[in-house]
Parts: sequence; structure tokens; C-alpha cells
Amino acid sequence: MTVGLFVPCYIDQLYPFVAVATLELLERFGCDVVYPRDQTCCGQPMANAGCVEDAAGAHRVFTEQFSRFDYIVGPSGSCVLHVREHMAGPASKDSLGAVRAAAREVAGKDVGARTYELCQFLVDVLEIDRLDVSFAHRVGLHAACHGLRGLRIARASEIQAEPYDHVADLLGMVDGLELVELARTDECCGFGGTFAVSEEAVSVRMGRDRLADHLRGGAEVITSTDMSCLMHLDGLILREKLPVRVLHVAEILAGHVDARRAAFAGRRASFAGGWS
Amino acid sequence: MSRAFVELPVVDHAANAARFNADAERTGWHDAALWHVRRKRDQAASAVPEWEALRELASQIKEHTLSRLDEYLVAFEERAAANGVHVHWAADAAEHNRIVHGILELRGVRRMVKSKSMLTEECGLNPYLEARGIEIVDTDLGERIVQLAGEAPSHIVMPAIHVKKEEIGALFHERMGTEAGSTDPQYLTEAARQDLRARFLEADAAVTGVNFAVAETGGFVVVTNEGNADLGAHLAPVHVACMGIEKLIPKAEHLGVFLRLLARSATGQPLSIYTSHFHRPAPGRELHVVLVDNGRSDQLDRADFRASLKCIRCGACMNTCPVYRRSGGHSYGSTIPGPIGSILTPGFDLEKYAALPFASTLCGSCSDVCPVKIDIHQQLFAWRQVAAREGAVSRSKRRMMRLVGRVFGRPAWYRGAGRLARGLLRSLPRRLLYSRGNVWGRSRELPEAPRHSFGDWFDEHRGNR
Amino acid sequence: MSDGAGTSTPESREAILEAVRRARPPASPLPELGLTLPEAGDLVAHFTASVEAVSGAARSLGNETVEAAVRSMHPKAGVMASPEKAWAFDDVADHDPAAIDVLVCRGAFGVAEDGAIWVPESRMGTRAAPYLAQHLVLVVDEIVPNLHAAYARIDIAAEGFGAFIAGPSKTADIEQALVIGAHGPRSLTVLVEGDVQ
Repeated sequence: MTVGLFVPCYIDQLYPFVAVATLELLERFGCDVVYPRDQTCCGQPMANAGCVEDAAGAHRVFTEQFSRFDYIVGPSGSCVLHVREHMAGPASKDSLGAVRAAAREVAGKDVGARTYELCQFLVDVLEIDRLDVSFAHRVGLHAACHGLRGLRIARASEIQAEPYDHVADLLGMVDGLELVELARTDECCGFGGTFAVSEEAVSVRMGRDRLADHLRGGAEVITSTDMSCLMHLDGLILREKLPVRVLHVAEILAGHVDARRAAFAGRRASFAGGWS
Repeated sequence: MSRAFVELPVVDHAANAARFNADAERTGWHDAALWHVRRKRDQAASAVPEWEALRELASQIKEHTLSRLDEYLVAFEERAAANGVHVHWAADAAEHNRIVHGILELRGVRRMVKSKSMLTEECGLNPYLEARGIEIVDTDLGERIVQLAGEAPSHIVMPAIHVKKEEIGALFHERMGTEAGSTDPQYLTEAARQDLRARFLEADAAVTGVNFAVAETGGFVVVTNEGNADLGAHLAPVHVACMGIEKLIPKAEHLGVFLRLLARSATGQPLSIYTSHFHRPAPGRELHVVLVDNGRSDQLDRADFRASLKCIRCGACMNTCPVYRRSGGHSYGSTIPGPIGSILTPGFDLEKYAALPFASTLCGSCSDVCPVKIDIHQQLFAWRQVAAREGAVSRSKRRMMRLVGRVFGRPAWYRGAGRLARGLLRSLPRRLLYSRGNVWGRSRELPEAPRHSFGDWFDEHRGNR
Repeated sequence: MSDGAGTSTPESREAILEAVRRARPPASPLPELGLTLPEAGDLVAHFTASVEAVSGAARSLGNETVEAAVRSMHPKAGVMASPEKAWAFDDVADHDPAAIDVLVCRGAFGVAEDGAIWVPESRMGTRAAPYLAQHLVLVVDEIVPNLHAAYARIDIAAEGFGAFIAGPSKTADIEQALVIGAHGPRSLTVLVEGDVQ
């Protein structure tokens, strides 16, 4: 099947190895992956700041770049949620209901409904059941909020229903990987977009509390479907020199974590056909 | 003792929250206390196999009621009046206060007791009556604590959750003569019991809130754990029950749905200790109900926000909110704080409360715990759009969003901006990068910037497709 | 002198109703409750456990009389009163309700899910009595599974006042420490009578 690869703007610019890992994973499972070269941003930062009209340009570009695909896959729960719920069509005015209705009208197809977060896609569409990778480390799974409560890729702790967790299931296919136990399994990390800056004190406190939980659980690595959460946690980790690192889920699932990262650090990225 | 919020023209939640967080240990204590209540809620909910079905039912019952609210109000009034209850209508807070005062004045009330009613807080009833020579004692223990301390409640169910027992001990020593230095909750509660018992027995009138009003029967339900609403109502010759018009439910049988959700959501109990059903005044006594609008019909008119009127005031959203737990109720500067407060209050005064919908990461936990399925986090997002459109968001922020929006609308500009940003991140000296203007950089490192974007990598290794 | 006569103006009533009529959303249907009641099981055992979970005491009377049970649980009690003429306690009408040590009332029924007992006004003596008594004893001979069953059983408007009482009064307002005996009774004992269905 053909998949349009959606690379969130900050992953494109700051964490390209996450996008490479995503690409590799999709190809490994037989997808014909197309990367629309002129994509920019999903528009979430503007929308969450209250300026959804200023996201119109980003929405237009996204729609133009992706409307031809039956499947659009991106390694970010929050960006995918934004595309599904808030992406505006040409007539993005008035109430939220109108915004969503307009999104459904765009190009005669519902771009939102065809957009998937990576783990969601691997489990719900590709239905993969094995990975053939190993990662023998103690890993803390940070349940990023938008993927969790927005896309429902796992059962949130507030909900009374049979538990399930697509992300944990995927990590369970990784040889040697041990998920650590957390005191609060799905408390928000405190990033929240511009919140990280506008409510800096609370944001930092929330991040520190998450990190303390992971460290108490013995995590060597913290992973998540959202690099934005990890960027915020990593900022604290590096400043406070904590003995833990962050990796996006795609990196762990695709394997060759360090080789892929090393290729982007310093010298020109080199991936001719395989990682050492 | 934490300071009560100061009446300012504009509520600066972030600044209030930063002050709250300055005491890291106290923040941790406050956070842990409320998280514990959230976990008790989870345990209680897990004991009800049909929990999610109940939430859906409760939501639908409330939605239906709001869609025919005028009819149910009229039906309720008719039946209540037939039961000998005086029904009053208050368009706004000022009228509510005048009505309540009028009832009390006519009957020569000088001392009265009040059980928990966020509505009376909203209307500012206490200062209004006190200015007119009526002594009003809040009898819910948490409310009594903050009343003695001269503060506003910081949580709608646990008003004194922000206060430490040492502080309560000192307060009671000063105001009720308890032993200096005693912090034993049993001892302090006993002291309050004795003090308040005397006041119940002497009160000329009692004011209560209303949890649910039943249109079918003209009666209303008040729930407490302490029995203080009942002690007030049954001992005083006049009982005035104040309610927002959205508290109506159609039928008695619906009480089963809401009551099975309410206490479990609020405190993790299966039911509050006292669930009192009032239909007729006791012989020789008076029962009044004051129906209050005060902006509720305005909120009903707002398509994006009317669902907030389903609220049954359980407080679960506050307990689960990671921001509320780490900033405290006072930081919101509103009668009702936390997530539900942040979607109700901007409707009263958008300019003053524009910061509240932004005091959130939109994590969605509030919506998941809400027993009536209010889409709180969606409404927070929607209020942000309103705030920005109405000019309640700072001009500099709006300008930046417009600029960034334009960049993201043009692929070549986006790529150029990305290259520039990465270049600056890599090349700027640390002292410039982490200058005072870099708020992120106060406590966090900025991300490392790679030389090449994914797009660059793709161009090199996969060519253009 | 107040600036209102203690009643609202008809204008406010009309203004509010008109505002609500204009603002209300399109009609949405009232759902059928359609809840199935839980399997009956051992309702008494479930009820007893629920009462104890809310810091009440519960016991089955068996052959014991109400009077004997109450006296054994409150051996040092002062005034013990009841509105029930059938029991050998003081008549509640003969005492200031604030001076009653132990009040013994017959409840209509208990609710297994939450340990609550429905007590209509007619069984209280006076409305204030069950709240002023230092200790409360409620006697039931019927248990229903949950609140839906309870509301199906009663007409809440049949009497001027009625309450579900689910335990002794309590508060946790001082640093979340549970204190039993806030303003209302310091203890609640439930006596389950006879062969309960």
C-alpha cells in the first residue's frame, strides 16, 4: 500500500532520525512510502495558541501535499490529533463544529480520517505481530496525552474499560526490552506547546515529576510517541544531568538506534543502504 | 497560610502559579493530596461495572434537560409552589443577594448558617449580608476554615485542601480557643463541632445550596458528609435554598444515575453520608428556593460552551488536572477554579479571565473523569480561539503566530527558516542563546540542532519523488 | 431597610424564561435508563460490608431484640429515644432532640451497593433528630441492590422530607484525615432484622 509520510516540522528540523526510523519501519512492513517534499507543519502551534486562522496556510499546504494518499502516517500523536480534529478547510470560521465540518469538506475527502499516528498505523492497519529487533534496556513508556486521550492508542487510566496499549504491545515485540513500572502511568509531562514557556514554572515542575517517577522505576530510557514531550523532558535531563536518555518509539522499533543517531551528529548523514 | 487571590483587573494565572511553585515542597504536598483523591475516584469507579454507561446516560439526561430547560423550570416551580415552597427568580447575582436579604430582613434574621453553595460564593452573598448586619457562619468544616482565615475556598468540594493542619491548629487556637500547637484533626474537628452546634441551635435562618432539583416533583436534593446542611435547615425557622437554573433534572429516577456518579467522582465514596430530599417545609416553617440565572442563559446560548452547564460540581476535573494540582485553586482567581472554571468563567468576563483557558496542556484528563462527559479540553481549545479573536491575547503573541503561520504556509520560507534556526542554535554562543529572554532556557537545555533536516537527508539519499 | 421585598419581580421570571427559550439548543431526546439490576446475590452480606466500609457498624439481629442490641452497643448511653412506640425506649417527643444520646429509628430499607438507608420524615421523630443525636441506630428489614432499585421503590415526594443516610457523619477537611463524627452523629449502627429477602 502507498503511504504518505507526514514528518512534523520539529522532527524534520531537530530530530530527523525519528523520521528516518519511521520511514524504515513502514518500508520494512511493505509500504510504498512517499514523502511529499513540500510539506511544512500541521498548524497545531498556531491553533493551540488560539490563532487557528493563522494555521490556514499550514492547513492548506498539508491538504495539498497529502490529499492524494489513502494513508498518511506520522510519528506524532499530537500532530495527527490536530489533523484529525482541528484542521480547517477553506471556510474555517465561527464555531468549532463549523471548523470540523469544513475540514471534512476539503478536497472532497476527509484528510483527517486517513491520517494515522505511527503506532496506531502499525497495529490497527498493518496489524504487525513481530519486529525482529532487540533493545535490552529498561524503558519507561511516557504515555503522551494526545495520542492517549485523543487518538485512544491506549486505555487511559481514567476510563473504566478493558485495558489495552498499542504502544506497549509494540515495545513488547522488542527483544530484551523491559518496561518499567510507573506510579502515575499517564500523567502529562507538562510540555503543552506554548504552555512550556507561558506557564514555565508549572511546566518544569510537571516535567521534573515525570522524570522522578521514571527514575524511581529504574528507567534507562524514556520513550514516547511524541518527540515534543521528549524534547521537554530531555531539556530537563540535560540541564540536570540525569542518568536517563530519551528515544522516540520509532527509533526503538526500527532498531539501530545509536547508529542512526550518530549519522546525524557532526558529519553528513550517511545511510547508503544499511546501518552498521 | 496561602494568600487569597487578590482582585486584579486581569487574572495572571501563570504569575500566580509561579508564586505557588516557589515553595516546591508545599507544591508536592498539594499535588500528592489531590492525586490521592483522583486515585480514590478510580477505585470507586472500578467498582461500578456500568460506569461508562452511567456517564453517557448522565450526559444525555443533562443535554436533554438543557434543551427544554424553560419547560422544566416552569414545571418545577408549579410543583414546588403546590408543595408550599416559595420560588423566587434572580436574573443576576445582585438580584439573588437582594432576594435572599429581603427574605431574611422580613423575618428579622440576625444570625444565620450556610452550608456549601458555590452559587452563593459566585454571587458574593456573605459580604453582602455582612454589610447589612447579618452574621453568616459557613458550617462545612472546610468552608469554616477558609471563612475564619478570610480566604476564598480553593476547591469546590474540599475548600481548605490548600491549608496545612498546623495552620488550621493556629487558626482555631486564635479564633476558637483550642490548645496552642495542637494539630490533631480529631481534636480540632471536635472543637468545630461544639462551636458550630451552638450556632446551629441559635440560627434564625439557614441557607443551603442545591445539588439537584427534580422537575417532576418540585423537590430538591442536598448532599453532605457532615450533616451540616440538615442541621441548618431543620433547626432554623427559615430555609433558603439557592440554585443555578442548570441544576434541574427531569425525574426522581434520574437521581439514581447522578448520585451513583457524584460522590465517587468527587471523593471516591460510593455515596455522600447524607442525601437529603426536601419537598415541603416542616409545619410552621418556611422553605424558599431561589432560581438564579447570572449568566447561565448566556452560556446556554454559546454553542461551543453550553455543555459546561451539565456540570454537577463534583470537582473531579480539579483533582485530575496536573496544572491545578501544581498551582492551587486560588491561582485561577475565580469562584470555580480548575478546568471547569476555565470554561465557565471566561463567559462572565473574557478580558479578566482570558488566561484561564491557556492554563492547560490540553491533556484531556478532565474530560475523561467528568461524570457528565463535558468536553472540557475541547472547550478550552475553543475559548482560546475566542480569546485571540476578541483581542484578549497579547499583541506580540498574535503577531508571532501570524508570522509563523505565514512561514508555514510557504514551503520555501519554511525550509529557509528551519535552516536559519538550526544554524543559530548551532552557532550562537551559550550566553546569547540562554539570555534572560530565553524562558525555556531557564531550567531546560534547548534541543541540539542537527546539520541536516530530514528533508535534506531525503534529498540526498532518496532523490525527489 | 432592604432594597427588595424578599420576592422576585415577575419581570425577572419572564426575562429568565425568555432568555432560556431563545438560547436553548435543539431538542435532544431523554434516554431510557435501561439499566439492568445486578444479580441479587447475598444482599445482606453485601449491605453489611458496605455499611462497614463507610465506618458504620452492622449486625443481624437474629433472635436479639432491638432494645438489647442497642443497649449492648451503647452501655453507657444517657438518653435513648425513638419515635417507634413498639420499642422500649423513651419517646423522642419527650426530649429536646439536642439532648438525645442515642436515637433509634426504623429505616424503610437498606441499599446494598453503598450501605445507605432510606429514612422518610415520618420515621425520624423530628427532622433534626437523626442529625442532632450523638449516636444513631437504624433498623431495617429489607435490602435493595442499588439506588436505581431504591428510587423505583419510593415516592420521594410522599413526605415533606426524607434522606438516605450512609454512615456516621464524617469529614476529611483537615489534611484529608478522616474524622468520624463531624457535625452529625458520631456513630451509625444498622440492625438488620428478621429473614431479609
